[in-house]
Amino acid sequence: MNPLQSLGAGTIDKIAAVGRAGVMLFGAIFALPKLKNVALTIKQIHVVGVQSLLIIIVSGLFIGMVMALQGFTILVDYGAEGSLGPMVALSLLRELGPVVTALLFAGRAGSALTAEIGLMKTTEQLSSMEMMAVDPLRRVIAPRFWAGFIAMPMLAVIFSAVGILGGHLVGVDWLGVDAGSYWSLMQSSVELGSDIGNGVLKSLVFAVVVTWIAIFKGYDSTPTSEGISKATTETVVFSSLAVLGLDFVLTALMFGIE
Amino acid sequence: MNKYKAELMVGVFIALTIGAVLLLALKVANQSMTTEGDTYTLYAKFDNIGGLKERSAVKVGGVTIGRVTSISLDKQDYTPVVELSIMRQYAEFPETSSVSILTSGLLGEQYVGFQPGFAFDGIANLKDGDYLQDTKSALVLEDLIGQFLFNRGESDSGE
Amino acid sequence: MDNLVTVDNLTFSRGDRLIYDGISLSVPKGKITAVMGPSGIGKTTLLKLIGGQLEPAKGDILFDGDSIVSMNRSRLYKTRRRMSMLFQSGALFTDMSVHDNVAFPLKEHTNLDSDIIDTIVSLKLQAVGLRGASRLMPSELSGGMARRAALARAIALDPDLIMYDEPFAGQDPISMGVLVKLIRQLNDALDLTSIVVTHDVNEVLTIADHIYILADKKVIGEGTADEIRNSDSELVQQFLKGQADGPVPFHYPSDELEASLFGEKS
Repeated sequence: MNPLQSLGAGTIDKIAAVGRAGVMLFGAIFALPKLKNVALTIKQIHVVGVQSLLIIIVSGLFIGMVMALQGFTILVDYGAEGSLGPMVALSLLRELGPVVTALLFAGRAGSALTAEIGLMKTTEQLSSMEMMAVDPLRRVIAPRFWAGFIAMPMLAVIFSAVGILGGHLVGVDWLGVDAGSYWSLMQSSVELGSDIGNGVLKSLVFAVVVTWIAIFKGYDSTPTSEGISKATTETVVFSSLAVLGLDFVLTALMFGIE
Repeated sequence: MNKYKAELMVGVFIALTIGAVLLLALKVANQSMTTEGDTYTLYAKFDNIGGLKERSAVKVGGVTIGRVTSISLDKQDYTPVVELSIMRQYAEFPETSSVSILTSGLLGEQYVGFQPGFAFDGIANLKDGDYLQDTKSALVLEDLIGQFLFNRGESDSGE
Repeated sequence: MDNLVTVDNLTFSRGDRLIYDGISLSVPKGKITAVMGPSGIGKTTLLKLIGGQLEPAKGDILFDGDSIVSMNRSRLYKTRRRMSMLFQSGALFTDMSVHDNVAFPLKEHTNLDSDIIDTIVSLKLQAVGLRGASRLMPSELSGGMARRAALARAIALDPDLIMYDEPFAGQDPISMGVLVKLIRQLNDALDLTSIVVTHDVNEVLTIADHIYILADKKVIGEGTADEIRNSDSELVQQFLKGQADGPVPFHYPSDELEASLFGEKS
């Protein structure tokens, strides 16, 4: 095959994959919901959400602490260390909370989702489910998708809150920024709707993208050990890139136009 | 047991999230004007609004009573017109009230300082849509420095 | 005689590779039908075609008189409740205990109380001799036990048809004997129809009522065990006796060795 042909074939492959991903998501979302699926979704929230909690809390704490430390050394030159609160809060709520949570989620939960679904495919569990007249999209894919969709914004909110507390720990307790100005200046510059709301909105978009990529990569993986390892890697790489790219677009839409 | 544990942990997860949301909503965010509630509108013309923006606060003695909803330029005399949305609960300001554009701190953001005037007989209260007559523009640093130098020059020559 | 499954002039290819070239076979009700053939011939594919997971290029598959190929999705799902398949690996759900695995189809398709489901599950596990193992996880089972657990799951909804995909592959003689006995017993006791896909000649000849041998994309022989044993087809005999070379060549199709080693590059 000459390079041009393989480029064309590759492009067609990718477009077809996007099509398959769309069909899968459609099937999962619009699969007839049953009451039993609520219990399955709760179980998956435990897997993707609760089990990611530790890494999210620890990362949030450290990121908040580092930001307070860095911000303080810069702001103190201008005698504006009181603005540490708004700086930490705004960067966490608008950017770092949703983005870092999505990246960690892709690494922690996304890769696990891909590997799990890929292995279920390899060991014919999905096939056998289909033969039992149970739709794997409804039984396996849908609960995992909804769990990711629900869990990630929750994780992002927790991340931001823990980060702000971490900033308080370093800024106020260690470096001696006035506690009153840390909180009150934060309050006067953070808006519930435009800052917290948009952060949560971002996080919802990332949740859809990361979870979608993760379950599709598993569902569409080649059923071999090599195929699963490739799918897992691709989940992390693709979803990280998608999150960073989308973050720019969303930021431009939400905060860029004054 | 296993299933029960999963449900319990998800319950803890949800409780944590609610805690985080409460922290953000009550302690971090400025919620005083998020529920706009019932408001009325006043207008004020300034010569120069400096760095005033939409959504900047309107304060009386430090208490936020409203917000700037829009800033536009008057078609006739090309001066900025600022639309202020004031909470209905602070409805009884006399017509003699004045507004000025102030800065919170050295590097802080600008806000509209509202100075309630004296109420005496024959002076009505401000109504929805009224223009405030007495306005003081924002202090622009360059003007200030220019003025300072000019004054010094004048006083030097006067000696 | 009534046929539960009829495969009619079926052609199927995967990519460019032709797997079946116009094969026809029929599976009579209440009997055990074996499909044999060398590995790599696509026997599993045949079962997936019958289950409607794959679509043939040409030809038709009838299940109890209805065409699987032209069914819409919801009809197909309804029909699948009447059949079940025992996968080669067992395909137990690894995140559930044996009990929950067997209960899975019942929970999905019925609204029975959990007491009743527990009773049914116990009975099904008793039938395969694993009632004592109901609390174990699939990872704690041996290969033979996993297959028996999967068999209990396959008969949970009392299907009309069970398809066994290589049930004997990789089993020690004892588990093999157990499985052979189970397949025969279940077939007779539950009034099932069975399709066994395998390449283990001896085991199959003892239990199958009717045997098809597939090779070279076609059906090369059929009949009862005796008819097969006495077949005069060279291919069938090579397969039964396990000869290395014969009509099914030892070598994967390639150039002549001399030509590729010494011949000029063309």
